[in-house]
Amino acid sequence: MPEIIIPVSVRQKIRDFSLQSLMYLAVLLVSAVFVWLLADLVQGGMAHLSWAFLTESPRDAGRAGGIASILVSTLLILLIALIAAVPLAWATAVLLAEFVPIDSRFGRIVRFSLYVLAGVPSIVFGLFGNAFFSIYLGLGFSILSGGLTLACMLLPILTSTAEAGMRAVPDAYRLSAAALGMTRTAALIHLIFPAATPALAAGLLIGIGRALAETAALLFTSGYVDRMPGSLLDSGRALALHIFDLSMNVPGGDMPAYAAALVLVSLLLGINSLAMMFAHGLQRRRILT
Amino acid sequence: MNGNHDAFTLGPLETGPACCVPHPLIQVRNLSLQYDGKTALDTITLDIYQGCITALIGPSGCGKTSFLSTINRLTDLIPRCNVTGQILIGGQDIHHPNCDVQTLRRRIGMVFQKPVPFPLSIRRNLSLPLNEHGVTRKDEVAAIIEQVLYDVGLWDEVHDRLDASALSLSGGQQQRLCIARALALNPEILLMDEPCSALDPMASGVVEDLICRLQGRYTIVIVTHNLAQARRIANYAAFFWVRERAGQLVEFGRSQQIFESPRHELTAAYVNGSRG
Ligand SMILES: Nc1ncnc2c1ncn2[C@@H]1O[C@H](COP(=O)(O)OP(=O)(O)OP(=O)(O)O)[C@@H](O)[C@H]1O
Ligand SMILES: [Mg+2]
Repeated sequence: MPEIIIPVSVRQKIRDFSLQSLMYLAVLLVSAVFVWLLADLVQGGMAHLSWAFLTESPRDAGRAGGIASILVSTLLILLIALIAAVPLAWATAVLLAEFVPIDSRFGRIVRFSLYVLAGVPSIVFGLFGNAFFSIYLGLGFSILSGGLTLACMLLPILTSTAEAGMRAVPDAYRLSAAALGMTRTAALIHLIFPAATPALAAGLLIGIGRALAETAALLFTSGYVDRMPGSLLDSGRALALHIFDLSMNVPGGDMPAYAAALVLVSLLLGINSLAMMFAHGLQRRRILT
Repeated sequence: MNGNHDAFTLGPLETGPACCVPHPLIQVRNLSLQYDGKTALDTITLDIYQGCITALIGPSGCGKTSFLSTINRLTDLIPRCNVTGQILIGGQDIHHPNCDVQTLRRRIGMVFQKPVPFPLSIRRNLSLPLNEHGVTRKDEVAAIIEQVLYDVGLWDEVHDRLDASALSLSGGQQQRLCIARALALNPEILLMDEPCSALDPMASGVVEDLICRLQGRYTIVIVTHNLAQARRIANYAAFFWVRERAGQLVEFGRSQQIFESPRHELTAAYVNGSRG
């Protein structure tokens, strides 16, 4: 029986085709999961979502009313977390990326601590935050305490994305800038930071996403009072915590839980697109002025 | 870019002092350099004359780039790089604690092997270093930008798109922009590390003409692998050779002497193309 010989070019085409099909399939699957999740949320939450839902405070443990106070608490917690974490994280990143050699002992120790910190489960952060901010510093169950706990959680991701972004900027820029008699600070401000903007923005986004989704770390720190906070020292319930509470502890809370989840996801999507547009615009402006 | 080389004319330059007055501007004394404890330059002693073009030639890895980087102390930026010996510029020791490295580097322009335009507009590429050195008056900056772009023959090509990204320029234009950027700070010395190696012969010719026109006004040290080019443009030549992975200066002299009657047999073999 004669052997069938498939020419090399045909074999390559078949291999190319199957590889491409596989990749398309993977992309399709990923998008499908996303679309499905979104569709489920919209279907479950749309009916309950209204202007009143966004502007009223919850009543009857969240079965009735809306999520206005929850939204305010969430945004305040997020704001405090970012204000505390971003400068610290970026300063550390500048130090690690620009001023200490990559294999120095100091750099290794800092990086190792950050890796460990990144792997700590959020409930542990919650316990730490409770012990340190709430009790030791006497902040009690408060938005401040929750925000600062979140800040600790965000440090590793903000630092490592920023450091990676700055390291990815070619050394040629640093050498050229130095050869032009520019100081390191000037090179940092005018060349390295702008070039690393996409990475900084990406890190910020991941951080915001984590912060918005956080429940365990906030349970013991910012607490779960669902009233409108009067100050940063008041307790305030975060959106993710509200969703958790509605779906686990409140019989008949499924509809508002869906609606709140829809709000959370829209918030994430909105922040994502905004930050992306911002980063893009910033880069264009840098190039064009 | 290609094709319109004969379309533009090179800008006029004022004539400087006569070339090759043998006045040593840079005096290098027993300069050694180690990377991570491994010697890359071994006791180099050399004078670089004011207003002249000095070519550094030698095989790959013999330390030409390293030598250039010691002159503007760019080696400070390289971790575990150790420089010993003395470099005097205009009689002043550049390693002296009183020597401000930013001021030093302002006096010494450097052009790298690969063009490094900053990811900014053409205008900003030139104004940024100026601003950093305290030249901030708008009209003054604009005048300098026009002058240096004219000097490198780029004005006619880019004057109507100064706000476009410098990355949109061709390779040859980028390299000339980098030369312009170095010139904008009005340096005394220009260090050029194979400025034409990434360019096609046409663009390379333009840059070579430019370097010739800068002669006299600046003290130029140029690294080149193109011996014909070195012979054409250099007043002095220094031949480096690598022995047991350490770069050494084998011969230094007037370019004509190095290329036509080299004293050292290694030099003779290298310039005749039989070694290296
Ligand atoms: N940053 C560095 N770290 C460690 N070693 C280096 C570094 N830069 C250069 N070297 C080594 O020093 C020696 C000289 O390198 P250098 O780049 O000065 O040579 P070169 O003459 O410019 O070569 P080429 O003509 O290929 O550009 C080489 O052996 C190189 O491996
Ligand atoms: Mg080199």
